[in-house]
Amino acid sequence: MTDTWFSKVRAKLNQGDSFLTRDLGTLFSGDTLDDDALELLEERLLLADAGVEATGTLIATLSSEIHHGRVRNEGQLREALRKALLEILLPVSTPLDIPPFIKPFIVFVVGVNGAGKTTTIGKLAHRYKSQGRKVMLAAGDTFRAAAVQQLTTWAERTGTPISAQGEGADSASVIFDAVQAARSRQLDVVIADTAGRLHTQGHLMEELRKIKRVLQKHDPYAPHEVLLVVDGTTGGNALVQAVQFHEAVGLTGLVITKLDGTAKGGIVLAIAKRLALPIRYVGVGEGIDDLRPFDARQYVDALMNTPETVT
Amino acid sequence: MFDSLSQRLSGVLDSIRGQGRLTEEQVATASRELRMALLEADVALPVVRDFITRIKERAVGAEVTKSLTPGQQFLKVVQQELTATLGGESAPLNLRAQPPVVILMAGLQGSGKTTTTGKLARRLTEIDKKKVMVVSCDVYRPAAIEQLRVVAGQVGVACFPSSVGQKPGAIADAALAEARKQFMDVLIVDTAGRTTIDAEMMAEIAALHQQLKPAETLFVVDSMTGQDAANTAKAFSEAVALTGVVLTKVDGDSRGGAALSVRQVTGKPIKFLGVGEKSDKLEVFHPDRIANRILGQGDMLSLIEETTRKVDQDKAAKLVEKLKKNKRFDLDDFRDQMAQMQNMGSMESLLDKLPGGAQMQAQLKSADAEKQVRRTMAILNSMTPQERRFPDLLKASRKRRIAKGSGVEVQQVNQLLRQFESTRDMMKKFAGGGMAKLMRGLGGRMPKGMLPPPR
Ligand SMILES: Nc1nc2c(ncn2[C@@H]2O[C@H](COP(=O)(O)OP(=O)(O)OP(=O)(O)O)[C@@H](O)[C@H]2O)c(=O)[nH]1
Ligand SMILES: Nc1nc2c(ncn2[C@@H]2O[C@H](COP(=O)(O)OP(=O)(O)OP(=O)(O)O)[C@@H](O)[C@H]2O)c(=O)[nH]1
Ligand SMILES: [Mg+2]
Ligand SMILES: [Mg+2]
Repeated sequence: MTDTWFSKVRAKLNQGDSFLTRDLGTLFSGDTLDDDALELLEERLLLADAGVEATGTLIATLSSEIHHGRVRNEGQLREALRKALLEILLPVSTPLDIPPFIKPFIVFVVGVNGAGKTTTIGKLAHRYKSQGRKVMLAAGDTFRAAAVQQLTTWAERTGTPISAQGEGADSASVIFDAVQAARSRQLDVVIADTAGRLHTQGHLMEELRKIKRVLQKHDPYAPHEVLLVVDGTTGGNALVQAVQFHEAVGLTGLVITKLDGTAKGGIVLAIAKRLALPIRYVGVGEGIDDLRPFDARQYVDALMNTPETVT
Repeated sequence: MFDSLSQRLSGVLDSIRGQGRLTEEQVATASRELRMALLEADVALPVVRDFITRIKERAVGAEVTKSLTPGQQFLKVVQQELTATLGGESAPLNLRAQPPVVILMAGLQGSGKTTTTGKLARRLTEIDKKKVMVVSCDVYRPAAIEQLRVVAGQVGVACFPSSVGQKPGAIADAALAEARKQFMDVLIVDTAGRTTIDAEMMAEIAALHQQLKPAETLFVVDSMTGQDAANTAKAFSEAVALTGVVLTKVDGDSRGGAALSVRQVTGKPIKFLGVGEKSDKLEVFHPDRIANRILGQGDMLSLIEETTRKVDQDKAAKLVEKLKKNKRFDLDDFRDQMAQMQNMGSMESLLDKLPGGAQMQAQLKSADAEKQVRRTMAILNSMTPQERRFPDLLKASRKRRIAKGSGVEVQQVNQLLRQFESTRDMMKKFAGGGMAKLMRGLGGRMPKGMLPPPR
């Protein structure tokens, strides 16, 4: 499992070579670093959407290592880079743990349009079900054309019950009813879909707050997980999204999707640097199995294309 | 969250004064700021490099005009070049082909292809009076076909039925035949989202393109896309001959650097902007709007130039002279000033040029502000010339008369007099500084760093 996920992400992130550390060796002449070395690394980080802030921090760290004479060759530079990346990513590498005593455990999924919410929910349903949990889906996107049918297809595909009222219904009441149904059927997990919305749309953000308030009639601690789904091809706006959604509904975790394309997903670094929010999963395809828990070490390995994790 | 380029530039450039032309050194300094600003706006790095090379060539030696600082002048060069790069020729949809004219939609997953298909169908029906049919070749994503069926129903166009078991090529053939049979003017073909490294899927769209021979092949790209926009645009344009770009989700607050990346890499015009989920939220592309957005600001430069032009230079100069000679600033001068403010045009046309946030804030106040200027003028006009020259004459009974004459309460006359006094104090302070400082006094509502320096 680890092997397949790792090689899949690595292959897809790097397309055969590591964009980050490829020809790193050529940056050294003898045992001094070429002047352009850091500049080149900086550009590669920016090219990965790591953002100006995270890139600045990483480069500053490396630069200080070099000036203190601790980095003199390629191996040391790689090691320093790995350490600096892990320093940013390890703190946000906390898997989602669903305790058995919270029943139903409510996962509330939010995000901007087309980020991959509904697909991620399908994958999550499959994942939790194969862990032996009883899952129910709530068709909270009552706005977009055929959103309910889309989730229904995922429900069928994963053999999961779905609670839906159709287009135009009140999202909060759909999700409320789903939780009610899940409770009476003694189910373990409810995953609630919501319509995509841009964080700039005040009334739609207010709607999310309302859904949350309504859910708290069931359980004052609900929803137990509020997941923001972020498209991995997004640039700097990903950070703005995370901040704004967090302000509106209090996020507890992130999912970064579409890392199977050519996007390097450096926003993971940008977001981790700014927000102390756990990155729960990454999406690496459209298939039912293409979702993996986020693991900082594996992710850094994938970025750096190293064959084994060195701890 | 971000500094606009003008803020960045005024920090590094506006301390340097005096030259009539931008020097190489100034341009180099400014270019570093420009590079950061473009990267923060998500313009792809190779595109940034290219753009900066062009800017350097154009900016060195550019004349610094009277109304702008060196920083503003540099910004102006950037703004013009960016607008030109984004714009190129204006590009409507090409419908000059044997009907049914085919429009093929292509792009990454979730970029907005299906939604845009509906929007285009509506636009072509309502504005171009065309008979439109749409068809979905997305046999992969759950309920993708159903989504287009619903969207087509909402905008009232024909939707050729397809189903998950079919091959995209077969669907396209059948749809084209049916569109021909029904004498459709346009057939819009929606396709599944695909990543560019999925060789099979890229071959599929290339085959669809070859078979349909579309008049338009539109690349639909999310305006929030980061660095990957350049790679993706390149790969799509290599697989199929793109004819144009649709930039979606522009109603958000992304900086939209992807627009520049995609425009540069494909060389194809951006034809439309998606500005909302509903079917009427499609706009014709305006390069200047996106240019200003990438630079993180409204069209401040033309605001400054316009303001400078509209303020009556002669009167302002006379006022400065008068103040310098230690004459008093009286209510006549105050009235002149108010008249100038009215002259600058309606607040709204000025507000249009402010950046998003500032615009919203100002809009809330603008209605009020204009009314207030009009009321102030009415009060001033109800005074006698003597009263305006010697404001000290204004005691209770005169104030009551003026209030009655202008249809306001005495309170408001008092308020005006307080406003006058504070303006007078301000004028005294600025009396030494000439036109520029006076301008700054007048334009207090403009953001920091955007007014010309004193000369
Ligand atoms: N390649 C790839 N595609 C993905 C991934 N996750 C989702 N998608 C695709 O992205 C598109 C949008 O996904 P959805 O799940 O519909 O996104 P959403 O956030 O629910 O969209 P709205 O409800 O319309 O806001 C679909 O075509 C999905 O198949 C991923 O990890 N990799
Ligand atoms: N706010 C906003 N949302 C948009 C815009 N264009 C599309 N959307 C939304 O973005 C999401 C994805 O749009 P779709 O039209 O389904 O995208 P697609 O490219 O067909 O997606 P796939 O077929 O899954 O690859 C939906 O929630 C749309 O409502 C836009 O201009 N503004
Ligand atoms: Mg959805
Ligand atoms: Mg679609």
